[in-house]
Amino acid sequence: MKGSDMGILEDISSALQRGNGKDVGKLVEEALAGRREPKEILDNGLIAGMNVIGQKYKDHEIFLPEVLLAAKAMYAGMDILKPLFLSGKMPTLGRVVIGTVQGDIHDIGKNLVCIMLRGAGFEVIDLGKDVAPKKFVDTAVNEGARVIGMSALLTTTMPVMKNVVELLKKDGLQSKIKTIIGGAPVSDEFARHIGADAYGYDSMQAVERIKRFFSEA
Amino acid sequence: MAKDNDSTNPRPVVRFLTDKTIEKIVSEAREILCRLGVEINNDEILSMLHDHGATVDRKKSLVLFKDGIIDRALKTTPRSFKLYDVLGNQTHDFSGYGVHFTPGSAALNILDGVTQQIRKPVTADYVKYAMIVSQLRNIASQSTAFIPADVHERISDSYRLYLSLLYCEKPVVTGAFTIEAVGVMKELQLAVRGSEEKLAQQPLTVFSCCPTSPLKWSDVTSQNVVDCARASIPVEFISMPLSGFMAPVTLIGTLIQHTAETLSGIVISQLVNPGAPILYGGSPAIFDIRYETTPMGAIGTQMIDCAYNEVGKYLGMPTQAYISLSDAKQLDAQAGLESSMGATLAALAGINNISGPGMLDFESCQSLEKLVLDNEICGMVLRLVEGIQPKEDFPSLPRFEELLAEKHLLISEHTQKYLKEELCLPGPVIDRANRTRWQEEGGLTLLERANREIDKLMGSYVPSRLSGSVQADLRKIMLREAHACGMTNLPDISI
Repeated sequence: MKGSDMGILEDISSALQRGNGKDVGKLVEEALAGRREPKEILDNGLIAGMNVIGQKYKDHEIFLPEVLLAAKAMYAGMDILKPLFLSGKMPTLGRVVIGTVQGDIHDIGKNLVCIMLRGAGFEVIDLGKDVAPKKFVDTAVNEGARVIGMSALLTTTMPVMKNVVELLKKDGLQSKIKTIIGGAPVSDEFARHIGADAYGYDSMQAVERIKRFFSEA
Repeated sequence: MAKDNDSTNPRPVVRFLTDKTIEKIVSEAREILCRLGVEINNDEILSMLHDHGATVDRKKSLVLFKDGIIDRALKTTPRSFKLYDVLGNQTHDFSGYGVHFTPGSAALNILDGVTQQIRKPVTADYVKYAMIVSQLRNIASQSTAFIPADVHERISDSYRLYLSLLYCEKPVVTGAFTIEAVGVMKELQLAVRGSEEKLAQQPLTVFSCCPTSPLKWSDVTSQNVVDCARASIPVEFISMPLSGFMAPVTLIGTLIQHTAETLSGIVISQLVNPGAPILYGGSPAIFDIRYETTPMGAIGTQMIDCAYNEVGKYLGMPTQAYISLSDAKQLDAQAGLESSMGATLAALAGINNISGPGMLDFESCQSLEKLVLDNEICGMVLRLVEGIQPKEDFPSLPRFEELLAEKHLLISEHTQKYLKEELCLPGPVIDRANRTRWQEEGGLTLLERANREIDKLMGSYVPSRLSGSVQADLRKIMLREAHACGMTNLPDISI
């Protein structure tokens, strides 16, 4: 591992793509010593690397474990950068509240989406499983989250997703807080039917859809 | 808890015959060879067999074998041999239960990828085929899969080998249509290997040699056996009894005939050159009395294949069969099911050289789209025969502690180490996306996915590393042969 100062952000991106957290950490330190701004390192090194990983995954060039290893390598860099931001808080792509809906305890898919979202640079508030509609909405309002992600595996719990959307509508929050749904029994058509803003067929697509919410805002 | 990672579970195997039944089959076949004899329409071979003690009726070209020469041949036949690519790297070890796939060979037609109509293949089709096979990781060798129609028929056999040697590094399963062609095809191989000794040490091709059922050898095919044996070029014997037509209707009866015909070829080969490499092969079939066809996808056909492979193994020889192919006319469900069933049975039976991928319509039509699908079938089957083996699974407690602590094992070291060898992940020809993703990615049919894969492979082709001077030598030989049959030049090869 040897990075020239000019190309060091690219080196960080490459090390991240290789899933090598150790190298990412060293290179981030090196970049900081070379007077690179933390924000620049975050955007053009770490997040840039994750964007490449996301595309490669989409193109079937790499698989889930490689994506997760890259995400882990990203955390190694972020841990160094975090204390350097003024508020001590890392700038993120946005805040997302996520959970498995009430009556449903199947959270594998939801957990995968959490991992992918964090890897992509989002702040995730994971409410876990069996989450009541009100809790989704209250948390999003209190935490200033702009997206609610809901997961269900059972056909019997799918209607809860509609309850969350309707609660947002009732409180006049639908334009401020976007909703995305996922899980084996749900579909694009179901999302449209209940008035959810998006459907993600897998974890990477969920990240893409959520990114689109923020870029549209 | 004691570690148990050294224990090896048995390779999955399918068997149809007991040793006792095999012994009876072989015994009956030997009796047929000695009492009814085999018609061999080749004077040189008749003389050779006569000189070794066989009873020869020259008028009828009939040879009554003797147990002694059969026993001698069985003793000298190699139990295994290896194949090497054009660069001299070993690619095949035909021994034990090791399996290798090769495309079905010598089709007269190709299924056009665009029109999905059959047509006569030309040079450009063959080159495209070789470029694709070079990249199919589950297909270990090329075969001379179809016959280009844009060269004189007298060179159509050697021309296929010539193109194969130029465009793909893998060894070639091939065959000659005339006596003279073996000489030319040997010359092409010598251009690659450099000397007769090197060619014998590092075989580059396997020649298919076919007796004619029932119990006959033509002048050409029997002479091909002789010429290949002299040069230590491996031969696969392709006996083709047809159950209920040119062979008894019962599978055992067909097996007896197959054994007799194959043993007769082995005797010829081993008398010419004791130790000459052979594959105990075949392409038998049941006869479909409704359509007067010889279905390769029939379960009966596949059972005969697996069973004669057991006979070959019992006799201590490596084996071959035309089995992972289909009688369907297009890339449809029948094509998939017949090819998969055949490939699976063949691999479980331990047939060493499994011929068939890409082939449709009773061995008469190659399809590149089917070939890339079959490559995935072969990959799954190769994984199947690896069976289930412990891989740092005992003791299991640490793994489950990690799972409970991390909530998943997607990036655990154990996963990273074994993911690719343990879980067989096919290429994009096999659809494993959820419906929404499949739709978003174009909702492609199997044929469309196969076509896309072919386009991708054509884009990623890396030319053969065979040296320029050898390639020039190959061209010189082929051009000379083309001139000899009146062609002014070889067809344009640009794709």
